[in-house]
Amino acid sequence: MSTAATHHASTTEEREANPLSVVQEMMRACIQCGTCSASCPNASAMDLTPRHLWRLVQLGRMEKIFQSHTFTLCSACYYCSLRCPRGLNPSDAMAELKQIAARGHIRQYGDTIYFCRDFVDNVRRNGRLQEMTLMAAYFMHMRRPTLPLRFASLGWKLQSKAKVSLPTLRRGAPKLEALFRRVEEMEGDGT
Amino acid sequence: MQYLYYPGCSLEGTAKEYDQATRALLQRLEVRLTEVEDWTCCGASAAPGISRLLALALAGRNLAMAERAKIKADLLVPCSACYLNLKKTAETLRADPQAMRDTNEVLAEEELSISGKIRVRHLLDVLATDLGPSAIAGKIAFPLKDLVVAPYYGCQCLRPYPMFDDPQKPTSMEGLIRATGAEVLSWSMGPRCCGASHMTTHMDQGMQLSGAILAAARDADVIATVCPMCQLNLEGFQKQISRRTGQGEAITVLYLPQLLGIALGIPPKELGLTLNLAVTEAFKKRIAMNEDLPVLAVQRPETGRQPPCENLNDDEPISQRRTMGAHSH
Ligand code: SF4
Ligand code: SF4
Repeated sequence: MSTAATHHASTTEEREANPLSVVQEMMRACIQCGTCSASCPNASAMDLTPRHLWRLVQLGRMEKIFQSHTFTLCSACYYCSLRCPRGLNPSDAMAELKQIAARGHIRQYGDTIYFCRDFVDNVRRNGRLQEMTLMAAYFMHMRRPTLPLRFASLGWKLQSKAKVSLPTLRRGAPKLEALFRRVEEMEGDGT
Repeated sequence: MQYLYYPGCSLEGTAKEYDQATRALLQRLEVRLTEVEDWTCCGASAAPGISRLLALALAGRNLAMAERAKIKADLLVPCSACYLNLKKTAETLRADPQAMRDTNEVLAEEELSISGKIRVRHLLDVLATDLGPSAIAGKIAFPLKDLVVAPYYGCQCLRPYPMFDDPQKPTSMEGLIRATGAEVLSWSMGPRCCGASHMTTHMDQGMQLSGAILAAARDADVIATVCPMCQLNLEGFQKQISRRTGQGEAITVLYLPQLLGIALGIPPKELGLTLNLAVTEAFKKRIAMNEDLPVLAVQRPETGRQPPCENLNDDEPISQRRTMGAHSH
């Protein structure tokens, strides 16, 4: 069975019983060779190496996995997926962990998760991403007053070049409401 | 030659000039683009972080819109993140009938459906494979002699789908760059990661990765990119990065179609060159040496005392523009 198919096979109930099951399935064949860690441009900033993380996944150590910031530091460069001698796709497994953290509203992943949530909320409303409103929503959620300052100079540069589109007001239902609703119904979580 | 065209959200915002340059270049090369009707966000890297089905549906909606178009052609995508998302969705749907059914069930809400026939192509693939260096070489108006260009590919046009190039030692840009008369910097950073969205979520790490690329491009005059995120990471934080590392000179960062467009004599305005955040004085001078080619707008220095928006008028005499350029240093 292909990864994609197995990946899909997990039902909502399975996911609730064991949120890790999808990733465990994806990484079952990992032989701990460490090629992924050696290829990862972000490994030096990670508290656990990717190889170590896959071991914890195999062992089902939820707590340790989500205490770590490792998966939020994956920049989806796909070097590990390209080089894994077992033909696994660790890059997509990292994305899957982000997904689990998002579903579980795990507090310490605020940065990554809020960004994802604000992003898709923006798309739900507008159809196309409006970069300016996204940044505003993100900063608000982060409640870290100095954060916007780090972007101030870039923001000013972009604005002076009229590169950030001003939000257009939309009336009526959000553009992609029907599509998002259907996804939520099918996934069985109305959040 | 014709393609369906998916610009993607960044090409309407922070990467406007990539859109402008792509359209201008392809028009000059006699390629027809038909924009996908009512396209929406492909979900970028955020949707998979929320839900797999949402990611499939957001990207799938655009594939369905492309399938519905009147012309039958490959779908050309300039943004590497959009390219990978659309490509991955097309591959997943083809390989996984259940995912195809689920996605179609969602798309039915908008009376859309998808068969998985459409071929998703990156702009670089089309330029390097379908058109090739000869298409450029035959139309050069301003040879970019003595210019050294660092070809920067980034990740997502190369990996995980190696469709048109070696995912670890890519070369597809080289012929195109040489066709302009420029030299290609020999370096190993072309396929390395710029940090992608780390610049927003893990800024220190983002600066590390982008900083390493900028440092390695020291001997080049220009970095050529094919992705809005790479472009923004490399052009938007140069000062902050050099402040941190204590090294690094400003370097010009252009989208590949802008670079090719300059060599084909397309006016800088049509290539959106005034919108770039990193174009050095030295580069502007070099370009100005091509007689008749209007000098680019002078970039406002980040901390200078000059009034904002001193963009120069294209029809001012060159001598005057040079003087102005000189003191904005
Ligand atoms: S490269 Fe593959 S097999 Fe080796 S440790 Fe990483 S995931 Fe496991
Ligand atoms: S895809 Fe993620 S985990 Fe894999 S090498 Fe790249 S940054 Fe590291």
